[in-house]
Amino acid sequence: MAHAYTPGLRVTRDAVLRRTRRLPMQGKVLGQVGDTVQRQQVVARTELPGNVRTMNVINRLGISADELPTFMLKSEGDAVRKGDVIAATRPLIKWFKTVVEAEIEGTLESISSVTGQVLLREPPLPVEVLAYVDGNIVEVIADEGVVVETRGAFVQGIFGVGDETCGPLHMISDGPGQDLNPDAIDAQCAGHIVVGSGLASYAAIDKARQVGASGVIGAGIHDSDLRQLLGYDLGVAITGAEDIGLTVILTEGFGRIAMARRTFDILAHCHGQQASLSGATQIRAGVMRPEIIVPDLDRESPADDVKAGHSGGMGEGDALRVIRAPYFGRIGTVGRLIADLQQVESGASVRVLEVEFEDGTRAVVPRANVELIEE
Amino acid sequence: MGKLDVVIATDCGSTTTKAILIERQGDIYRQTCRGEAPTTVEAPFEDVTRGVLNAIQEIEELSGRQILDGERIITPADGMRGVDIYISTSSAGGGLQMMVAGVVESMTGESAQRCALGAGAIVMDVLAANDGRLPHEKIERIRNLRPDMVLLSGGTDGGTISHVVELAEYVAAADPRPRFGTGFQLPVIFAGNRDARSEVERVLGDRTTLHQSENIRPVLERENLAPARHVIHDLFLEHVMAQAPGYRELMSWTGAPIMPTPAAVGQIMQTIARRQNINVLGVDIGGATTDVFSVFSTTGDDGLSAEPVFNRTVSANLGMSYSISNVLAEATMANVMRWIAIDIEEADLRDRIKNKMIRPTTIPQMLEELQIEQGVAREALRLALIQHRALAVGLKGVQTERTLSDVFEQAASGDSLIDMMALDLLVGSGGVLSHAPRRSQTTAMLIDAFQPEGVTQLAVDSIFMMPHLGVLASVDEKAATDVFERDCIVYLGTCVAPVGGSGKTGEACVTYDLEVDGAPGIQGSLRYGDLEVIPLADGVEGEMVLRPARGWDVGAGAGQELRTRVRSGVVGLILDGRGRPVHLPDDDDARRECVTRWNQALGLYADTGEEA
Repeated sequence: MAHAYTPGLRVTRDAVLRRTRRLPMQGKVLGQVGDTVQRQQVVARTELPGNVRTMNVINRLGISADELPTFMLKSEGDAVRKGDVIAATRPLIKWFKTVVEAEIEGTLESISSVTGQVLLREPPLPVEVLAYVDGNIVEVIADEGVVVETRGAFVQGIFGVGDETCGPLHMISDGPGQDLNPDAIDAQCAGHIVVGSGLASYAAIDKARQVGASGVIGAGIHDSDLRQLLGYDLGVAITGAEDIGLTVILTEGFGRIAMARRTFDILAHCHGQQASLSGATQIRAGVMRPEIIVPDLDRESPADDVKAGHSGGMGEGDALRVIRAPYFGRIGTVGRLIADLQQVESGASVRVLEVEFEDGTRAVVPRANVELIEE
Repeated sequence: MGKLDVVIATDCGSTTTKAILIERQGDIYRQTCRGEAPTTVEAPFEDVTRGVLNAIQEIEELSGRQILDGERIITPADGMRGVDIYISTSSAGGGLQMMVAGVVESMTGESAQRCALGAGAIVMDVLAANDGRLPHEKIERIRNLRPDMVLLSGGTDGGTISHVVELAEYVAAADPRPRFGTGFQLPVIFAGNRDARSEVERVLGDRTTLHQSENIRPVLERENLAPARHVIHDLFLEHVMAQAPGYRELMSWTGAPIMPTPAAVGQIMQTIARRQNINVLGVDIGGATTDVFSVFSTTGDDGLSAEPVFNRTVSANLGMSYSISNVLAEATMANVMRWIAIDIEEADLRDRIKNKMIRPTTIPQMLEELQIEQGVAREALRLALIQHRALAVGLKGVQTERTLSDVFEQAASGDSLIDMMALDLLVGSGGVLSHAPRRSQTTAMLIDAFQPEGVTQLAVDSIFMMPHLGVLASVDEKAATDVFERDCIVYLGTCVAPVGGSGKTGEACVTYDLEVDGAPGIQGSLRYGDLEVIPLADGVEGEMVLRPARGWDVGAGAGQELRTRVRSGVVGLILDGRGRPVHLPDDDDARRECVTRWNQALGLYADTGEEA
C-alpha cells in the first residue's frame, strides 16, 4: 500500500484555528481585516428573499388565463400590502364587481397568462452571521463574510447535536469515566457548558436544560437516551439544526465509555473559561465533527496550525483509540504496524496493527478500527 | 480506435478511488492488478486527480508497469510502459443529484424519476402538480435541495400546457443555485409536451441553462426515456462534473466520457441480460446507498416477449455504514434481530449500530459483530428491493383490454415487473457482499433478503469492478465481457426454492433427481423448513428434475414437474425449503435454534465458533 490514512480527532491545548463565517447568499460584510471580534458579534448581514405565495386569480375572477393581464391592477415588481386589491373585474353593474386582494404584504413577482397564477413574495427575512469565536478577522470574502482566526484549546468530538453556542466550561467530574450526575448540575450551571467525563444520560442532559445550561459535553450516550432527547430515532448522522434547548457533544461514542485522559485534562484545565461549541456533525463525504474551542488569544508560545478533519499517516508510538469491539474505547499507542494481511476472529483477512494499551497489555486489531488522537 | 491491449480504469467513489488494470493475454482480456487510495475531491485536497494518481501508483508498484510520467498517463502502451486507454466512472461528491418534475405524480412524475434513475442519478424529490404540497412549499423545496440539475417533464404531446408551465414557474421562482460552481446557471432539461416548449423557454430561458429534449412520455402508453437520459449524461459531464474539483483535468485524461458509477453498473447488467438472454436482478450495497438494477422481459400484447425493460432505483438512505442506523429505523429492531442467532441485548445492539454510523470505516473484528452486520445487510437489501419493485412497474394510466384469465391473475398496468419466479440471475456487489469472509455468507444474505423463487443462479462481484467494466463496455464490449466472466463475477451457486404449499414443518415439498455430467446421480427430497446444500464443485453442471408436492411450485406451475439445467458455484447447489416468504418462529429460543440450523446448513460461521 502506498498510503495508510487513518481518521483522527484533534485534541490539543494550543492551536491556531480559522473559521469561515459566510452568509448563505451575498450581503454586507461588517468588518475588515485586522478587526478584533467577539464570539457573539455580527460579522455579516443579508436579507433572504421572502417566501412565495401563489394566487389563482383567474378562478376567483372567472376569467381565462390569457385575459389576466387586462384585469390586473398591479404590475410585476409593485409593492403590495395585505388587503390591497390587485385584480378586479369591470362589470357594467358595480354590484357584480369581483376583486382579488393580496393575501400577504410584499412584492408582486409575476403574472402568468398561461397558468393564470399571480406570485406574491413576502418581505425579505434578515439573516445575520456571528463571529462564533473570539479572534481577529484575517480575511474578508467580498459580499459574503469573513474568516476569523483564533487561538486556544481545541477538542473535536465524535458526535453532537444542536447548534453553535458559547459559555464558560463547568467541569463536574474529578477524573475520566465518571457518569454525569444530575445532582451535580444546579443553578450555577445556567449559561454554562456542563462538562462530564463519562456517560451523559438523558436525566443529566434534561437537568442541564432545566437549569438553563447552554451545552453539555460528555464521553458517551446510550442510543435510547439520544432518542428520548431528540424525540425520534436518528437515521443518518447529519445534525446541527436540532431544536432541543442546548448543544450536546460527545467525545467518544455510544455506550458507557470513559473520556480519553488527554481530552479530560484539557477540558478540566479550561474550567471557568469561555468556550465556543458547535454540535454540527456530518458523517458523509466531507466529514464534519462537532468541536469545542476555548480561545486564549494572549498565549505566546508557538501553536499548531490546524485544519479540522485532516487525516494523516500512522506511525509507531502514535497515540490512538480503538473504536470497535472487543477493545472499544481503550486508549493506547501503535506498537507495531504489521505488513501482511492477518485473519481476525470474524474470518476476514485484513490489515492489522499491534496496540500497546495504557496498562502495558498488547492486542492485534484491524487498522480500520483505530483512530489516531492527534495533538 | 487503435489497439487495445492494456486498460487502466478507475472508479472515483465518495470515499475510495479504486483502480484496476486490464491486460490482453492472447485472445482474452484479464484483470491483473487492483489498487486503491482515498478519494480527494473534498478539502484539504479538493482535486480528484490526486486520488486517481495515488491509486494508479499502487498499480504501478504491484504490476511493475510504468503508467505515469510525472502526473501524465502514458499512452499508448509499449511493452511494460504505458496503457492504451484510461477510463473512469465517478460517484464522488455524492454523485449526480437531481430533482424531477411531472404533471401527474404517478404518471409523468414516475416516468421522469425512472429516466433520471436510469441515467445514474439520485432523485432528491419528485415534484408534481398533484403532489399535495402548496406552491410555496414546492418552491422552498427546490431552493433548499440545490440539485445538480432538474428534469422537467409533463403532459403528453398535444396535452396539457398550463400545468407544465406552472411547474416551470415554480422552478423559476425558486431560482436554485447549483452545488458546485457559483458562476453558472442551473441546468434544466425540459422533456415534456412539445407544444409547451416555447412557454417553458419564456419562463426559464433567462434564469437557467435550459435544454429541450424529446418528450419522455409522448403518449400514455409509451415511455421514451433514452433521449433525455443522453442529455442528462452530457450535462453531467459539461456542467456538474466540470465544476467539481479537479474533474476538468480528469476529463482531459480519459479516452471515453466519464460515467456516473450507477450508470456504468446498469450498463454491465444490461449487457449480461442481452448476451445471455436472461432476466437479471442486481444490487450494489454501499455505505450510504443501495442501488438495485433489473432487466426483465415483459410479455407484449400479442403474447410474445417484448423488449427487456431496464430499471434502476437508488435507496439513498439504506447502506451499511453512513446509513446503517437508518436501516434499523426503517426495518425495525425486530426484523434485524430475527436473522441473528446470538443472544444480545437490544440496547447494546443499538449502541453498536450507532457506533458504526459515527465511525463508518470500521470493520467487524469479532464473529458476533460480523453476524450483526450481516443481519442488518439482509434488511437493507430487503427494503431496497421493496422500493425497486414499487418503481419498476408497467406504465400507469394505460388502459388494457382484459381477458378472463387476467382477472384471475390480477395482472394490470402499474404492476411490478419484478417476478422472482422468472428471475434467472441474481448478482450482488458492494463491500458487505463482495468482502464477506465466506462466499456462503454472501449467498445466505442474498437468499434471505431477496427470497428468489424457483430456480435462480446467484453471483457476486468478486472485488467490486462492475463500474469499471460498465464504462469499458462502452469502449470494447468483448474486453468487458471477457473480464466480467473470468475475473469479476463469482458464481455462488443455483438456488432451488419451491413456493406455495401449506407449510407444515418436516413435510416434503419437492423431490429431485440430479444427473451430474459424468457422475452418479443424486436423488433426494427437500422438507419444508429445511435449507440444504449439495456440495458440488464450482462450475459443475447437471440436469435436474424437480417434482414439487401438491400445491408447491418450482416454476412450471403448482404441482408440475420441472426439468432444468443447473450449475453449481463456489458454494454448491442450494435447496431452500423454507417457503416464501421465509417464516421464522415467534418464540425467541425457537427462532435462534432455527437460524442456527440454517447457518450450519450453509456453513456460515461453523468452524469459527458459531453457537450450536
